Amino acid sequence: MTTSTARQRFRPTIFANGFSLGTLLLQGRAFFALIAIIVFFSILSPNYFTVSNILTMSSHVAVYALLSIGMLLVILNGGIDLSVGSTLGLSGIVAGALMSGVPLHAFGVTLYPSVWVIVILSCGVGALIGFVNGVLVSRFKVAPFVATLGMLYVVRGIALLMTNGLTYNNLGGDPAVGNTGFDWLGFDRIINIPIGVLVMIAVAIVASVLLNRSVFGRWLYASGGNERAAELSGVPVKRVKVRVYVISGVCAAIAGLILASELTSASPTAGTSYELTAIAAVVIGGASLAGGRGNVRGTLLGAFVIGFLSDGLVIIGVSAYWQTVFTGAVIVLAVLLNAVQYKNRKKAPKAAVPTTSSPLDSAPADVAPVPEKIAG
Amino acid sequence: MSTADNIVLRAKDIVKTYGGTRALKGVNFDVHRGKVTTLFGENGAGKSTLMKILSGVETPTTGAIELEGEVVEFASSVEARERRISIIHQELSLAPNLNVRDNIFMGREIRNAVGIDFAEEERQTRELMTGLEESIDPLTLVADLRLGQQQIVEIARAISIDARILIMDEPTSALSATEVEVLFTVIRDLTSKGVSIVYISHHLEEALEISDYAVVLRDGSITATAPASEIDLEWIVRQMVGENFDLGSPPSGYDFGDVALSIENVSVADVENPERSIVDGLSLDVRAGEIVCIYGLMGAGRTELLEAVAGRVRITGGRVLKNGKDISRLSLAQRIANGLALVPEDRQRDGLVQTMSVGTNLSLASIGTFVRGLFLSSAKEKGLIQDLIRDVHVKTASGEAPIGSLSGGNQQKVVIGKMLATNPDVILLDEPSRGIDVGAKAEVFRLLAERAAAGLAVVYSTSEVNECLSIAHRIVVMSRGRISAEFTSDISKEEIMAASGEAVVA
Repeated sequence: MTTSTARQRFRPTIFANGFSLGTLLLQGRAFFALIAIIVFFSILSPNYFTVSNILTMSSHVAVYALLSIGMLLVILNGGIDLSVGSTLGLSGIVAGALMSGVPLHAFGVTLYPSVWVIVILSCGVGALIGFVNGVLVSRFKVAPFVATLGMLYVVRGIALLMTNGLTYNNLGGDPAVGNTGFDWLGFDRIINIPIGVLVMIAVAIVASVLLNRSVFGRWLYASGGNERAAELSGVPVKRVKVRVYVISGVCAAIAGLILASELTSASPTAGTSYELTAIAAVVIGGASLAGGRGNVRGTLLGAFVIGFLSDGLVIIGVSAYWQTVFTGAVIVLAVLLNAVQYKNRKKAPKAAVPTTSSPLDSAPADVAPVPEKIAG
Repeated sequence: MSTADNIVLRAKDIVKTYGGTRALKGVNFDVHRGKVTTLFGENGAGKSTLMKILSGVETPTTGAIELEGEVVEFASSVEARERRISIIHQELSLAPNLNVRDNIFMGREIRNAVGIDFAEEERQTRELMTGLEESIDPLTLVADLRLGQQQIVEIARAISIDARILIMDEPTSALSATEVEVLFTVIRDLTSKGVSIVYISHHLEEALEISDYAVVLRDGSITATAPASEIDLEWIVRQMVGENFDLGSPPSGYDFGDVALSIENVSVADVENPERSIVDGLSLDVRAGEIVCIYGLMGAGRTELLEAVAGRVRITGGRVLKNGKDISRLSLAQRIANGLALVPEDRQRDGLVQTMSVGTNLSLASIGTFVRGLFLSSAKEKGLIQDLIRDVHVKTASGEAPIGSLSGGNQQKVVIGKMLATNPDVILLDEPSRGIDVGAKAEVFRLLAERAAAGLAVVYSTSEVNECLSIAHRIVVMSRGRISAEFTSDISKEEIMAASGEAVVA
């Protein structure tokens, strides 16, 4: 946790010497927002703050949170991944297709892979999509927004083509061919906690360790903070970039499997616009869209804020249209607070070290840029 | 001779600090009415800072500006422009996507009943161009002009506001000799009409030709002021460089080792003009323990040479050998692993990750060495960071302090320390003293001298002649992509400057 603890410890110094309520609220804003949401809805509805409802809401959150964790890594790198919603959809479709059997015409048989094979292959599809994104962005220098926007359409199109726009409803499997067990992801519980939530926790822990304790994590923070400096320090920035998109794709695929399992059906349009929810969760969690700043804990909180807010609005009977308005307002507020936080922090370095427009740095231009001229 | 009447603008006790760095230390500067006042000084002396303060781009930390005897405060360059003070910046500030006319009238468009009076703007633009003897069409896109022409447009814009004070910060850097002549005619014409000019140029001779008064700035203080008729180039150089400043001496008492770095006939193509070579078949050998200084002007190809050797830019000819092994085909990261490190020129853009702490910046390049299993060993990393902070004398509250909290000199030490942590045999430093104060410069050089004595081969570039004569065993002067001269450390400043084509001092 070196990076994040260092960050935390120094936050107060940017505002004033000491610890003020404003600072506390600003730094812990996602956390306090979550508490406020829980308190608010608990007062309005006695059913909100019950163990069973919290677990149900958490399993909704799990899908978003998985997307968000992948998205966090991409955003830390200074990129964006718009294709995760489509990847989520395709992952479910791939699982559905494999579930209903792969006809091998040459042998006249139909192959029914077991559930574990299906899970791995679906994740592989997610990884492949991420790899394409990563290569487009790192090798071919396509802007992340454009590359992943393109993949959003391509992947969604593939999902629709595979099913002709129809939905797979047979995800329960058939005991006769031995491919049952897919519903485990969406329905089973361990010590009463839904598997989806446990998967989310496991992925969050892995991501957190990766970011804070591995070389890859440090490389990611460095190349997101200043790619040129990272490259000159010997960081393989292109490899880091490709990996980040691959991880995001795998996270989206896992989310797709969990969603398909919960619904026991896979629709080619599943996950439409989920990429935006994931980005919102990352931003609410305090990450900077410019890259280099953010952590898993904040992102998880961001996902919970969005999920608990929209479920709460459903429980107290607010119309779906108003839910959209409220969610949007929360996102805008979060971005505003991010701007406040990062603006305050930027001031110090800027003053200490002038950028290109200031005199100390522009020094070499004092010398004539064109040598031919001087000869005269 | 400078009675109050003859002074149109006066800067009084101007102090400007950036974080921990004092760029100007109580400067008094007078602009003479209807004359050309030229400001001389080395890089980082504070010339541009002073000009930015006079033109309202920056506000002084303390001190006052008097315009016609009246104290004024400019909150922005627009306010200064309203007082008819105009500046030509050394970096062009044109919008390349707009045409010449729109650039000249940007922000002060001539309006008529229906919007902008394009016809009138165009007419005035043509007039300006005629005055400057340029045949640039007002409707040409600025992006389509060559650099020199863009500079003309910049000048035209500054003249067009009918300024009474015109500040020219390196106006001729991209102009041809003919264009400079025309500019000088225009300047004389303006001064005869009572316009006061503040002029900055690195071409000393050329600047002296147009000057009426010379002012020399060194390390943020004015060191000398004189009418141009009473001085010569030698005087200027002497005032600029200063007499007695000790940046150390070459480490001695040991023999150099084998050739550590061998640059053989290396060429690098110019990015903007691939036909041309910015580094042109250059060869250089550096032995273990030796310190080589590459001196040259901006555009001489120093940065490109060092970046090519480090693997940042591709070489188009020749090869680079380290300890006899050809490393020309290795990636930058592989060259670092092979013991060749580069400290880049632009600390902010290429050297530091501003979002990270002092410690994580220091460990970034060598992080691969303290992996335990899959994970970083934080104990090992902390140890390394502590050692580095001590070894390179970084003044910081702790390793966890944000990198932006350090002064420029300490940030530079972090960048150097970061690369030293990779245990290189050869270190290349591009302008390691840029934008840091004199004390920090001396520390950086002392550090390099220490490492050289321990066997490190050091190559550093500089555009400040003083620094060549500090710790370098050998001084290589680069001009137009080639080595134009090579000296040992017992050479004079004037000879080095002459070899760079900068100023021919008799």
